[in-house]
Amino acid sequence: MTVILILFKDIPMAVRKAIKKKPAKTTKKKVKKGKVLALRTPESQLFDSLLILITKASTEIPDDVQREIIKGLKRELKNTTAKYAMDIITKNIELAKKKIQPLCQDTGTIIFYVNHPVGFNQGDFTKTCHKAVVQATKLGILRQNSVNSLTGKNEGMNIGPGHPNIHFHEHKKKTVEVKLMLKGGGCENVGAQYALPNTELEAGRDLDGVRKVILDAVQKAQGKGCGPGVLGVCIGGDRGAGYVNSKEQLFRMLDDTNEIKELEKLEKDIVKTANKLGIGPMGFGGKTTLLGCKVGALNRLPASFYVSISYMCWAYRRQGILLRRDNKISKWLY
Amino acid sequence: MIKLKYPFDKKEIRKLKVGDMVLISGKMYTGRDAVHHRIHNGTKPPVDLKNQIIYHCGPVVVEEKGKYRVTAAGPTTSIREEPYQWEVMRDYGIVGVIGKGGMGPKTLKGCKDYGCVYFHAIGGAAQVLAEKIISIDNVYWKDLGSPEAIWEMTVEDFPVVVTMDSHGNSLHAKINDESTKALKKEL
Repeated sequence: MTVILILFKDIPMAVRKAIKKKPAKTTKKKVKKGKVLALRTPESQLFDSLLILITKASTEIPDDVQREIIKGLKRELKNTTAKYAMDIITKNIELAKKKIQPLCQDTGTIIFYVNHPVGFNQGDFTKTCHKAVVQATKLGILRQNSVNSLTGKNEGMNIGPGHPNIHFHEHKKKTVEVKLMLKGGGCENVGAQYALPNTELEAGRDLDGVRKVILDAVQKAQGKGCGPGVLGVCIGGDRGAGYVNSKEQLFRMLDDTNEIKELEKLEKDIVKTANKLGIGPMGFGGKTTLLGCKVGALNRLPASFYVSISYMCWAYRRQGILLRRDNKISKWLY
Repeated sequence: MIKLKYPFDKKEIRKLKVGDMVLISGKMYTGRDAVHHRIHNGTKPPVDLKNQIIYHCGPVVVEEKGKYRVTAAGPTTSIREEPYQWEVMRDYGIVGVIGKGGMGPKTLKGCKDYGCVYFHAIGGAAQVLAEKIISIDNVYWKDLGSPEAIWEMTVEDFPVVVTMDSHGNSLHAKINDESTKALKKEL
């Protein structure tokens, strides 16, 4: 495997400053002439890598998403509010990247997926991860976004029950892979879960029924989820697993191909049909309502047939890193 | 492109129509869920809102040496204020609401009855919009948490689209009807 080192110049300025200002724990080694050389411990190196990951996720749109946004921009007609919206969106993407500041002020639910080898210490990772989240919040890369549901209090550091949301998965490889999604509240609020059959929509327990409820969700979302958006859909599972899987679909590349033929067909059909509804960017009317749709399936009980839909806004913040053994970033996953 | 400048007045607000692209310059106040909830429960706003604009926004604000700096400030979804917004129009005389996603019939009626418009900012465009904020002039009700507080800000050429005017027209209602019909054909 070729190892790509992340050069210092590639590290966002805010992170550079952060590293300079407040180094994480270091071990000090005395060298000649009394100079002190700071060495990064694996823990402090993980802190740096996660802070860089959060920064890049919050401030830059992945290439596969940007390509779809550009296609959408070209599709909209001149002198329309739809075109105007897409122009501002494009400018915003450039500006956020240049200034290393959040694409959207709602920096969302912080969702980590960590794939790790046997023997990985999840507790240690969690501790360092919390520190990185706190630092990113102090830097204004993340908004103070975590509210106590009972008291309404915002402690201001994005740490609390369920925050950040970290999913660990053991895999057979020796490497550690960390993926991150920042999912804003506006788009989360237009997510939906349907139980089939649905009499009102005349949606039965088959792929046609699934199609009907997905399109119903798009129609109900209108512009409220900051469209043009991307859907992550899970057919089956229990209510909880269905929603989790629908979000996992959003980690897929927008231009990938679903291995299950029926689902590949469904994904394409949903995008094509949704774009005929005329909802358009921001719900202003126009040709671009969806940028993509990704569908997965879990087994279900004979009694249940759920379709769980997560909507992702155009400010599609996901990123991922592959870590070296010393916790430096060896590769960006998107 | 229409330019709307502070101080705002009702006559100019009444001239605005759905589909107008507007650049707003002057003062505005952020106010979202907790602010509307508190006002609805009977607490008076800490500032005079007559002829002012409320912006549904929870900005990212960094405090540096006693000064505030906005690093991101796009709109939040407005429909959550649907139960309360018309009351703020009636009781405190606001002339504009900026948000995203549009609002419902209560707000539309409020706009007509009290002379107010709904301006749609581009959701997610936190950087483009933050650049239009020249200064943060004050903060009120900070106890609600930074995103929920009332931030008094001065903006220049803040880009919005009128999607609900003071004559009973709503782009959101129109698009909803049309897309419902279009969907029926596709099923």
